[in-house]
Amino acid sequence: MSTAPTALVMPAISLRRRITDHAMTVVSVLTVIIVLLPLFAIFAYLVYKGIGSINWAFLTQTPKPVGEPGGGMANAIVGSMVILAIASLLGVPLGIGAGIYLSEYGRNRYGDAVRFISDVLNGVPSIVIGIVAYAIVVMRQKHFSALAGGVALAIMMVPTIARTTEQMLLLVPQAIREAAYGLGVSRWRTTLSITLRTATSGVITGVMLAFARVAGETAPLLFTAFGNQFWNWKSDQPTAALSLQIFTYAISPFDEWHRQAWAGALVLIILIVAAVTAVRIAVRHGTLAGAQ
Amino acid sequence: MSNQALPRPRFDPPEPERASKANLKVESRTAPLLQGKVSAVPDAVFGWAMRLCGIAVVLLLGLIVYELIVGSRLSWHAFGFKFFVQSDWNPVEDSFGALPFIYGTVVSSILSLIIAVPLSIGVAVFITEMCPVALRGILSFTTELLAAIPSVIYGLWAIFILVPLLRTYVQPFLATTLGWTGLFSGPPYGIGMLAAGIILAIMIIPIISSITREVLTVVPQHQREAALALGATRWEMIRIGVLRNARAGIVGAIILGLGRALGETMAVTMVIGNRPEIAKSLFAPGYTMASVLANEFTEATGDVYLSALIEIGLALFLVTIVVNALARLLVWSVTRGQPTKGVV
Amino acid sequence: MGVGIIVEQLNAFYGKTQALFDINLNVAANHATALIGPSGCGKSTFIRCLNRMHETIPEARVEGKVLIGEFSVYNGTSATQLRRRVGMVFQKPNPFPTMSIYDNVAAGLKLNGFRNRRQLDEIVEKSLNSSALWDEVKDSLHKKSGASLSGGQQQRLCIARALAVQPEVLLMDEPCSALDPISTGKIEELIFQLKEQYTIVIVTHNMQQAARVAEFTGFFLLGKMIEFDKTEKVFTNPSDKRTEDYVTGRFG
Repeated sequence: MSTAPTALVMPAISLRRRITDHAMTVVSVLTVIIVLLPLFAIFAYLVYKGIGSINWAFLTQTPKPVGEPGGGMANAIVGSMVILAIASLLGVPLGIGAGIYLSEYGRNRYGDAVRFISDVLNGVPSIVIGIVAYAIVVMRQKHFSALAGGVALAIMMVPTIARTTEQMLLLVPQAIREAAYGLGVSRWRTTLSITLRTATSGVITGVMLAFARVAGETAPLLFTAFGNQFWNWKSDQPTAALSLQIFTYAISPFDEWHRQAWAGALVLIILIVAAVTAVRIAVRHGTLAGAQ
Repeated sequence: MSNQALPRPRFDPPEPERASKANLKVESRTAPLLQGKVSAVPDAVFGWAMRLCGIAVVLLLGLIVYELIVGSRLSWHAFGFKFFVQSDWNPVEDSFGALPFIYGTVVSSILSLIIAVPLSIGVAVFITEMCPVALRGILSFTTELLAAIPSVIYGLWAIFILVPLLRTYVQPFLATTLGWTGLFSGPPYGIGMLAAGIILAIMIIPIISSITREVLTVVPQHQREAALALGATRWEMIRIGVLRNARAGIVGAIILGLGRALGETMAVTMVIGNRPEIAKSLFAPGYTMASVLANEFTEATGDVYLSALIEIGLALFLVTIVVNALARLLVWSVTRGQPTKGVV
Repeated sequence: MGVGIIVEQLNAFYGKTQALFDINLNVAANHATALIGPSGCGKSTFIRCLNRMHETIPEARVEGKVLIGEFSVYNGTSATQLRRRVGMVFQKPNPFPTMSIYDNVAAGLKLNGFRNRRQLDEIVEKSLNSSALWDEVKDSLHKKSGASLSGGQQQRLCIARALAVQPEVLLMDEPCSALDPISTGKIEELIFQLKEQYTIVIVTHNMQQAARVAEFTGFFLLGKMIEFDKTEKVFTNPSDKRTEDYVTGRFG
């Protein structure tokens, strides 16, 4: 017992290090504030500038000629719905089918290739897809149309829906499939009535995400649907779309049209949010009802 | 080899008959249900229908490549490689050089990265490492809300709110303080490369930040604990234990953001000024590959004009594919292929 | 009434790995046959070969002959058709989560095109009675989902579901290993009664269970069937030393 152990002297964390630590926390909080600022600003301005102009006339009338006040975006709202309906009709079944392929038949090299290409497709700029839709539909038909716009948007929906469908189907435990096989249910019936059925809410969420993403797209519609100042019920004419109309009005030199652009933007956001929420509610009620 | 340890079970039933070929024909039950023959055809048809859907995805990409190549052939024959280094964009004389657009795309994207990357990483670090757990959900939800806003609405807001702001306050300020660099000279229109860079930055922050968040979350907890155990402050722990480990993934996130910025069309078109010129100053108007497509595609008179535009589309396509593939490789190497949710 | 099963020279593979070696077996009709053996000995693989579930695993392969009744399992009959005559109950109860109790039991019939509502009602009630679950669920057939029952109830639901298709053979792959003792007891009682109508093959880890419910027992080890005889003999006077070692607890 000759030497008593020396007490451990802990160096205090230097002032510099402490200040740096606090500073970085402040910096991080600042970044969050800076990032959230535009978000609030955009929503605030949308409401502030748009709400005053949304009235019955706006929702039911077509645009008035340049210079005249009033008029609305009724044709654009309906046009968007038509284009989105076409896109969904084309893109959703194909996307879900591809998702089923990837999950049930594609756990191999070929499936990996499809998976990779689907991701590549996802990253293609929407304007390039517009060019392709132009080439395959507009150039053949020699006119703009809602179909061309729908095709462009459908191409954009497919990769997203395929990947989310695949992920949701993979979440269904193999035991559930085995239970069905064990009962002598054929594979196709099992895949549709059991596996897909179990994953329904997740699949629908994926579809809804894809829908929300393309609902606001403008670029691919620029040279497919092209836009129209009037009502159009013919399939061989260009069609108005809400996003296109907002764009045209926003870059125009007319204050009247600027005002309507804000209103249109607000309507667009509301429609997207409404569609997404409606689907959420329907899914929740559907699964709770538990019907087969 | 009789075993006394195991108690004899009480087993008195009569000798059951072993199955043999002779008595296999026990009366099969009458199962009036499900007697029909099962055909293998529906399964085969379904299987092929699904495979067809998978093939369709591949065909879609092939179709895109095909149309772009075929459409740009005319321009390629006319100008060859010079197309990408000439800066003269002259529809009237059918002389097309795409350099201004390439320049505009590159500069606006890099500018947006310079602004967006520190902000995105800051937000991601805050949410994953510093934020009280209760706030985490709300914050990540709101940052992802930014991703849901359509491009044209960003553009609308940019034209009427951002640009006047730049014109009135920011650009004069930058001109007086940093004008000597040459980057902030010329008349403060508001509209121009700077506006494009800023609105692009706002648009790519959600994707960079959400991927970064995922990459940070995957860093194992023991890395953080090791740093703390050595006496690191929280920031030092983040820097050494988390960020350093997630480096590859963060770079991947940044490159993904770059990919998004390169292809972004509407918002940029609305504020960049649409002038096919190369200028040093960020105040000057410019033009990107996506913007010229948006503006001039429907006005293109003449086959060469249209073909030149499609060639620009092809170039844009190739660049974004390469950038995105590189980014995914990096992100995958860190997250090991766990499914990425949300904004991708 | 059940049918007998004859297995000749059965070999099963997972890719290049062989899991079963030359299994020969005769299963008596209307009796319960237990398969015992240590983990990984191939008894689950074997039972899954009987209704061709083994094939659902990619790269899995079977060689040999299996006759169920007059049906040759591996020659001609479609797997789907076969599985309608051979029911299976799995180790972990797996009722269909999005379906009600009624729909779960009727699933094997409805999904195969059987639509007659009244007959379905009868069959559902009969099956739930056979699996001793009717009294517990008869008031909530359509309201409760299959997944909302307790573990033991879920397994009985799965048994009812398998029985509703009116198979001739019932294969049970460790049906009680995920259940508590009381549920286990109930299911063992069930097996005792079901024997009269069905041929039952049950894989079990639990030797006492085999002794309780089965007339015949087969002992598997490392993919080979070591011994197959009346249960009494296998447990009290086994012919093979390895069987004796396992049965007396020297390994496994």
